[in-house]
Amino acid sequence: MVALAQVRPPQPVASASTGAHIQIHRVSHHFDLKDGPLPVLDEVELDVAPGEFVALLGPSGCGKSTLLRLVAGLEPAAAGELLQDGRPILSPDPSRIVVFQDPTLYPWRTVRDNVALGLQARGVLRREAHRVEQALALVGLGEFAGVHPHQLSGGMAQRVALARALVNDPALLVLDEPLGKLDSLTRLAMQSELVSLWQRSGFSVLLVTHDVEEALFMAQRVIVFSERPARIKAELTVDLAYPRHRGSPRLAELRHQALGLLGLDATW
Amino acid sequence: MASAPYASAPYGPPYTGLRQTGASYSDAGVCRAPKEPAPADTPAPASARPAIPPSASARQPLWWSGAAAGLAWLAVGVLTWLLPNAPAGFTEWNYTVESGIATTAGAGLLLALALAAPWLGSALDRLRPAGLWLIALALFTGAWQLLTAKYGVLPTPFFAPPQSLAEVYIDDWARLSDSAWHSLRLLGHGFLVGAGVGFLTGVAIGWSRAVGYWVHPLIRFIGPIPASALLPLAFFVFPSSYAAAVFLIALATGFPVAVLTWSGVAGVNRNYYDVARTLGASQWFVVLRVAIPAALPQVFVGLFMGLGGAFSILVTAEMMGVKAGLGWYLTWAQGWAAYTNMYAALIVMALVCSGLITLLFAVRDRVLSWQKGTVKW
Repeated sequence: MVALAQVRPPQPVASASTGAHIQIHRVSHHFDLKDGPLPVLDEVELDVAPGEFVALLGPSGCGKSTLLRLVAGLEPAAAGELLQDGRPILSPDPSRIVVFQDPTLYPWRTVRDNVALGLQARGVLRREAHRVEQALALVGLGEFAGVHPHQLSGGMAQRVALARALVNDPALLVLDEPLGKLDSLTRLAMQSELVSLWQRSGFSVLLVTHDVEEALFMAQRVIVFSERPARIKAELTVDLAYPRHRGSPRLAELRHQALGLLGLDATW
Repeated sequence: MASAPYASAPYGPPYTGLRQTGASYSDAGVCRAPKEPAPADTPAPASARPAIPPSASARQPLWWSGAAAGLAWLAVGVLTWLLPNAPAGFTEWNYTVESGIATTAGAGLLLALALAAPWLGSALDRLRPAGLWLIALALFTGAWQLLTAKYGVLPTPFFAPPQSLAEVYIDDWARLSDSAWHSLRLLGHGFLVGAGVGFLTGVAIGWSRAVGYWVHPLIRFIGPIPASALLPLAFFVFPSSYAAAVFLIALATGFPVAVLTWSGVAGVNRNYYDVARTLGASQWFVVLRVAIPAALPQVFVGLFMGLGGAFSILVTAEMMGVKAGLGWYLTWAQGWAAYTNMYAALIVMALVCSGLITLLFAVRDRVLSWQKGTVKW
């Protein structure tokens, strides 16, 4: 592991107390294929401070998304330990919400009912129904509560997925390339929106992306992974205040560094 | 939104054969939101409809095909009424004059409607597309009348003129409607049991590995047997022929429903489950609120197939052992060489079956309205 930038304590954000503290300790994982096990994660060691925004960057198919599934509790790790606020992560929990690359809205539910899903699943919908409207307003879709998903554009659908996550007041937001399928303009707009949501709410964020600029523009810390099996190759601290500017020379410098780590700096 | 996409077309909706469905799908494309995050300008508020005045206020053109159909029916009515019947060997065909007069009167009404179309506004909109069919039916009925009653070309006990159908409906309506009622009751009984059991079985196999282990081989082995092959067995195993028929109809319905439900549940996007689980959903919640709604389109395919199979075994069972219903009426009529009664029963059967399929379509469109472009019903 090459520690390029000096590891600084992450900058605390507003109301950081609600963010989860995630500890990933020597986690390895493999898939059981016909020809034997396929290693995907190799002794990953990562600590996400409460309220911190961490991006995981790596070549496609390297195992970043697998790490997210482990953090979400959707699968148990083959080896190692995952902790949330000191307690082991054993199963999915509404305090850690995943937003997938596909919005995966339920087409048979209206936007409002999709957002209400988490509250309904936990049986608190009646008591906390107002949170649904709040979450929709937060992502700017209050007017579309009664619409079915097939009537939404890609960007709107992804914002509904975000509202569906936020309505649960998560301590950790797990974002699995949430902007990967959006057109570039929507993508830029949503990057800023996500950052401002995070600053207002104070949850911790784990963002998987293979877009270098996206990772550097949004996160406080960028973890660069190697090819599969994923190992942490380097860690870049983005010491820039929010709101950031895409043209900042410091970002360009970090991008050069990140691309170099990924072996893509020849054309830079 | 945009519930009447053709409201602006001067000749009413084109006949698509699929009642509105075509229109709704094309509508979905029109209503799709632009790929922009700006919330203000997306899925079509009411103002996005084309600003064309409703058809009622515009003067409608003459209904030409309706007028032609009126004339054709007028000819049918007059020739039925005034042309003498060929001697049929036994007695005169009853109701010849009456049905001739009734047809003539109906034709006159149709003609009047067609000619008055410009002043009737949108009242005829639903009837307009049927114009060509009305002409074709008139030609068919006229030819039928001529080939049977008037010139006796077709052999008599097997082919009867249209007025003898009227005779059956007038004289034997009590027995016919009683038969239809018995058929409907038996069908409803069997279909509901079969659909319910099939649906639950399908969900259970799709969801639980243990249930699948035990039930799947049974379904594979027993399901493909034609239910009618089990008729003799069912008739002596069950206490009554009615119970046996209910069982067989349920079997014929349940097999396709179970298989399609199962494949629907098994084919649900895995991410739907992951989303529900990360949001804190219990197993029951995932089954009831995710797996089943996602599988419903497939379930309806199974229900359509099951209903077809149910019709078939219903009539077979009524012909073979159940002493009531339209199938029984058919064999009874055949036994008396009352072929006209048979045709009359077949027409009732066609109406009942087609009505039930239409009803199932309506239920499906309602339950799956989220699939279509039109959300409101």
